[in-house]
Amino acid sequence: MEPFQRVTSIPTPFLRDNVDTDVIIPAEWLKTVSRSGLAKGAFSSIRTLENGDPDPESVFNQPAYKDSQILVAGDNFGCGSSREHAAWALADLGYRCVIAPDFADIFASNAFKNGILTISLDADIVAELAAEGEAGRALVVDLDAQTVTRADGQCHPFTLDPFRRRCLLEGLDEVGLTLQNHGPAIAAFEERQKLEMPWLYRG
Amino acid sequence: MSNPETLYDKIWRRHEVAKSDDGSALIYIDRHLVHEVTSPQAFEKLELDGRKVRRPDAALAVPDHNVPTTDRSQKIADPLSKKQIDLLRDNVKRWNIELYDMLDSRQGIVHVIGPEQGFTQPGLTLVCGDSHTSTHGAFGALAFGIGTSEVEHVLVTQTLTLKKSRNMRVTVNGILPKGVTAKDMALAIIGKIGTAGATGHVIEFTGDAVRSLSMEGRMTLCNMSIEAGGRAGLIAPDETTFAYLKGRPFTPKAGQWEQALSVWKTLYSDDDAVFDKDVTLDASEIEPQVTWGTSPEQVAPIGAVIPDPTIFEDAGKQEAASRALAYMGLQPGMPLESIAVDHVFIGSCTNSRIEDLREAASVLRGKKIASGIKQALVVPGSGLVKHQAEAEGLDKVFLDAGFEWREPGCSMCLGMNPDKVPPGARCASTSNRNFVGRQGPGSRTHLLSPAMAAAAAITGHLTDIRTIARLEEGAA
Repeated sequence: MEPFQRVTSIPTPFLRDNVDTDVIIPAEWLKTVSRSGLAKGAFSSIRTLENGDPDPESVFNQPAYKDSQILVAGDNFGCGSSREHAAWALADLGYRCVIAPDFADIFASNAFKNGILTISLDADIVAELAAEGEAGRALVVDLDAQTVTRADGQCHPFTLDPFRRRCLLEGLDEVGLTLQNHGPAIAAFEERQKLEMPWLYRG
Repeated sequence: MSNPETLYDKIWRRHEVAKSDDGSALIYIDRHLVHEVTSPQAFEKLELDGRKVRRPDAALAVPDHNVPTTDRSQKIADPLSKKQIDLLRDNVKRWNIELYDMLDSRQGIVHVIGPEQGFTQPGLTLVCGDSHTSTHGAFGALAFGIGTSEVEHVLVTQTLTLKKSRNMRVTVNGILPKGVTAKDMALAIIGKIGTAGATGHVIEFTGDAVRSLSMEGRMTLCNMSIEAGGRAGLIAPDETTFAYLKGRPFTPKAGQWEQALSVWKTLYSDDDAVFDKDVTLDASEIEPQVTWGTSPEQVAPIGAVIPDPTIFEDAGKQEAASRALAYMGLQPGMPLESIAVDHVFIGSCTNSRIEDLREAASVLRGKKIASGIKQALVVPGSGLVKHQAEAEGLDKVFLDAGFEWREPGCSMCLGMNPDKVPPGARCASTSNRNFVGRQGPGSRTHLLSPAMAAAAAITGHLTDIRTIARLEEGAA
C-alpha cells in the first residue's frame, strides 16, 4: 500500500448525501477480476448523458477537478454494498482522500485498505471545504498532523483510528502484520475452540 | 458478578484473539462464505504474496451473483461472467474449499444456502464479501459484509482487525396485522431511523413481534439491517432457531448437539445490558410498505401518496427526494396505489426462501398477471428451495399465473446476469435496494414484500394486499 503523508489538491465538491456504492461504481463493472481500470465506470450514472456522452455539467467532467485527489462528499458516503470496487474506482480516478460528515462502515474500511484516507468533519466545515473547491482553492491534508488546511491558513483538526493512521502513514501490509504479530495467538485460539466446538473443524 | 453484556458484547468477547491499546481487536472468524464477484482479487493477491489459505474447512463457496437463471446446461453467454465463475472454480480447487457449483442442487444465493446447510450457527462470527451477510444474524451469529482486502485477510489469517461497533436495540412489540410481513417491518424500521440510522452500530432486534417471526422472517429482517447502515443485525437464538438448525448438514450431530445447545442458550443480552441507542415500534401500527424513491428510507405505507419534497425539514433530504422523484418519474400527491408497474421480481437474499414463495403463491393461486406486466420472474433462493416449492406445486401456481420459474441466483436484484429491468421500466421487487440503476441502468424499483409483489402482478399496479385479501373473504 502506498504510504499516505500529505496531499495538496483542489478538492472536488460533491455534497450529495447518501451516495451509494451503486452510484460510485455500478454492478456491470463488478465483473472485472482486476483492481484497476474502474475509473471509466466510476459515477457513470451521473457523469453520462442519456445518449452516452459525458455530461459537461457533472463535477467529475470539469477540467478544474481533473487532477483532484480530494473528494468532498455528503453525509453517509458509500452506503450500500460491500464492493471494494468503489474504493478501487475512486483510487483509479486519482483520489487519495474523501472528506464527509460521515461514511458507511464497510466503505470506510475498504477505502483505508486501499490507501484512501476518509476524514469525518462537521457538516458545516465540510460545506466550507466544498466551497473552497468551487472557488478553485487547494486544501492541504496532513495525516501526520491530522489537519486539513485551507488556502487562507485556516486549519481543521480531525481524528482517526490510531491503527488506521499508522497503517496509512507507513503503508503497512495488514495481512503480514497480523501473521507476524499474532500467529501464535491465532493458533492458540484454534486449539481451544477445537476442544470446545469440535464440529466447527472438518478434517 | 461480571458486567452485564449485550449479545453482541458476548460474541465479540468470545472471539477476541488479541486486544490493542488503541481500542481495536483481532477477532477470530469462524465461517467464511465466498462467491465469484468479490473473491478473485483476494485469491490473486494472496498467491502473489506467497501466502496460503489457513482453514479451507471454514469456508464455503458458491457462484450466485453472475449465474444465468435460465437453462443451466447451456454455456454462460457473457464472457466476463464466465471468467469470474471459472476463476472461482480454479481458486477453490487450488485451495481445497468446498464449492456448490451451478448444477449442484445445493447451489443458490450465498445468504440462503449458509443457513439452509446449517453452516450458519448461533454465536459464530461469519463473514462474506457481500453487505447482506447481515442476514445470518437471524441465528444469533455475528455476521457482516467485508471488502475484498478483508476477504484476503480472512483467507490467510482467519481473523480481522476490527474496532468494536456500538450497541443498538430495535424493539418491535405487539402482533403484526394480517397481510403485514417481516419485510414491511424491516422497511418501516428503515423509514423511521433512516438509511444511516444505525451506522457504526450492531442492531439487536427484539420484542414479541420479532420473536414470533419464523427463521425466514428473521432472515428478511436481519438482511435489511445494512440498509439502515447497521454493521450487523442480531436476533437472540431460541427454540425456533434450534428447531430450524437440527439435522442440517453442518450442524452438530448427536452427542455434540447437546454440547452446542448448552453454548447457544447463553446467547442473549443480559437484562441490565446497556444499549447506546434504543428504538421501539408497535407492530400493530405497521402497514404494508412500499418504497417510492431511490433509497430504502424513501418508503411509505401503501395507502399513502407520494410526498411533496418540501415536507422534509432537512435541505439534503428535500433535494434527495426531488432528485429521486425525477428519476422515478413520479409526482408529489400521486397515490402509491396508482403507480403501474412493468416488471415483477420475486427473489433475492431478502425474499427468496420457501416461506416467501408460499406467501406470494397464496396470493396468485388461480389468478393471472395483469396484461400490462411485461415480465414477472420468480427466482428461488437455492436449488433446495426450488425443489421444495416444486414438491408443493408452487411452480405450477406461478407458471399458471404467468410468471417465469427460474434457476436460483441473485438475478434481477442487481442485474449482473442477463436478468435486468430495462431503462425507464418500473419493477415491483422483493429485493433490498432501490438505488439508481440497481436493477439495470435506468431501472426504477419499488421495494415491497412477496405478497405485495404478487398483488401488484395481478392488478398491474402497486396494490394494498389487504384489499385483495378482503375481496377474497367477501367472495368466499
